[in-house]
Amino acid sequence: MKTILLQGNEACARGAIAAGCRFFAGYPITPSSEIVEAMARELPLVGGSFIQMEDEIGSIAACLGASLAGVKSLTATSGPGFSLKQENIGYAAMAEIPVVVVNVQRFGPSTGMPTAPAQGDFYQTRWGTHGDHPVVVLAPWSVEETYRLTIRAFNLSEVHRLPVILLMDEGVGHLRERVELPEEGELAVWERPKPKEPPDLFDPVAHAGEEVPPMPPLGAGYRLRVTGLVHGSDGFPSESPETVAKLLRRLCGKVEGKPELLQAEEEGTDDARVLVVAYGSTARGAAAAVREARERGLPVGLFRPVTVWPFPEARIGELAAQAGEILVPELSLGQLSREVERAAGRRVRSLTRVDGNHWSPGEILAAIEEAGGWS
Amino acid sequence: MELADISDLLDESHFPHILCAGCGHGIALRAILQAIRKLNLPAERVVMVGGIGCSSRVVGYVRMDSIHTTHGRAVAFATGIKLARPDLKVLVIAGDGDLAAIGGNHLIHAARRNIGLTVLCFNNEIYGMTSGQYSPTTPPGSMSATSPYGAIERTFDLCRLVEAAGATYVARSTVNEVFILTEYIGRAIAHEGFSFLDIVSPCPTYFGRQNRLGDPVKLYESVKDRTVRAKAATKMSAEELEGKLVVGEFVRKNPPEYTAEYRRLVAARGGK
Ligand SMILES: Cc1ncc(C[n+]2csc(CCOP(=O)(O)OP(=O)(O)O)c2C)c(N)n1
Repeated sequence: MKTILLQGNEACARGAIAAGCRFFAGYPITPSSEIVEAMARELPLVGGSFIQMEDEIGSIAACLGASLAGVKSLTATSGPGFSLKQENIGYAAMAEIPVVVVNVQRFGPSTGMPTAPAQGDFYQTRWGTHGDHPVVVLAPWSVEETYRLTIRAFNLSEVHRLPVILLMDEGVGHLRERVELPEEGELAVWERPKPKEPPDLFDPVAHAGEEVPPMPPLGAGYRLRVTGLVHGSDGFPSESPETVAKLLRRLCGKVEGKPELLQAEEEGTDDARVLVVAYGSTARGAAAAVREARERGLPVGLFRPVTVWPFPEARIGELAAQAGEILVPELSLGQLSREVERAAGRRVRSLTRVDGNHWSPGEILAAIEEAGGWS
Repeated sequence: MELADISDLLDESHFPHILCAGCGHGIALRAILQAIRKLNLPAERVVMVGGIGCSSRVVGYVRMDSIHTTHGRAVAFATGIKLARPDLKVLVIAGDGDLAAIGGNHLIHAARRNIGLTVLCFNNEIYGMTSGQYSPTTPPGSMSATSPYGAIERTFDLCRLVEAAGATYVARSTVNEVFILTEYIGRAIAHEGFSFLDIVSPCPTYFGRQNRLGDPVKLYESVKDRTVRAKAATKMSAEELEGKLVVGEFVRKNPPEYTAEYRRLVAARGGK
């Protein structure tokens, strides 16, 4: 362990390099530009490739090209750029190409407020691209967690062959904290499945039954056939209803009903009568408020989803069954609270905020007291 | 010129292919495979990247690595591939709509960087895949599904566009002159930097029919009538060149290629 002062965005870049990322294509946008800049600086030093593309669409496209060539790839952006990437996020899901996309959320819609924190992209990360598709979204709340989750994002993206989104926000991206980074090799790094057969013996159809078929790199003689059209296991386009349904269900099955993808942190949830659900930078204020309440002896708990998609609905359902009131503070007009309501099966207290500021612990504490009838 | 055996490069397992009778795209694909064979390139060193469109679909019929990407983005995908694997020959095959409309930005920036891609534009002067709407190369006055009273937009001369952007090999040919076409494709692939070839490839179904140009043979003849060799064009006035297809090689130069420059930068910084 070594202790250093680090910014969230820089931690993301460091995590990516530690995860084996050797390709970055991006386009600068506040509040994510420090990631682009750090990758421009660091990648040449480890023999990787960096390119500043002409826009965000080209950035993710270049990443997908590099990933097909067998190189772990990252792109990073914020709201406006994230919207531009959507079509190719769907392509990555359909063509099963590992890629990590960072979205450092800023205030929207449109150009909004570039340097103001927000959590208005919660649904866009899940449903931004068209069609049913698998995607995993991880949301850090600290600098150190940004580092660790960036590595986890690569790991999940590689082994499941799908796009993984690291959902940061301006608060976490620009936060500077003293952190203890793990030594190199301390955190596990996973790789995509590769065919064991040499090119002349490799038949993609023989892997049709596998949830995540092996992915040969291009340029190695495997004669890859990649398309965003619905395709059979041979890679040829197909519109046979059976093939279509089988593919879509297999792709979406990579994340649906997979508890091992879910990661969350709980504090005081055992006896909580008021349950607070929050993620990202909002969870920092929420955690401080919950601790303060518990110090006063109030039965209050915090549930902080780290994997925000797939949504931890089973656990929230369990917690909702025992808690009296559920409080959901967020920096949007109720995106997270809507999802929590769906999981809880009932209404929650939604603390919405769209003025460009964070929730303070005091404000959340006041809402906790009101919810519990302790004020 | 002799035709080489290219049957091992073509995957016929899913024939009949999607192209219409009389479409030029099949002729262009054959010329590409002929050029690859003539260069003695091993199939595993070639990657074919298509966008979306009838033209882009031909990449699905080869026995080589083939990536059928998203509309307009083939050049950007190819940029990532080339940067990750500079040793590969990365070919982009897409239509005039794909490369010059939705993908125009990627095209000019790839040319500006002089990254070693070979971009082969199958230019049928129309959107074929989506049933015949006008494209950035549809000649003014032409009928199309979205110019029912005749197109009024001016066209891109794609060769001049990419030349201005920095492309280092630029040529135009048509599927009427396959031997010259094959020769140019070979030179474009062999070229180290960014190469661009505008391949005029008629669309009988949507361009020919809507403009009452007759059967495919007549349509190909009309392309022939419009074709002027670059040398002859220098003696013609602007009015005389109106609506003409000037064919030939326009640019051949060798400034440093982008991925080679990048690798030099990495080596200088101690990366591998
Ligand atoms: C983002 C997006 N917009 C529009 C389309 C619909 N579309 C498919 S192909 C095409 C144009 C095809 O024309 P061109 O690129 O010239 O190729 P051609 O089919 O003529 O060979 C369009 C508009 C699409 N697939 N994706």
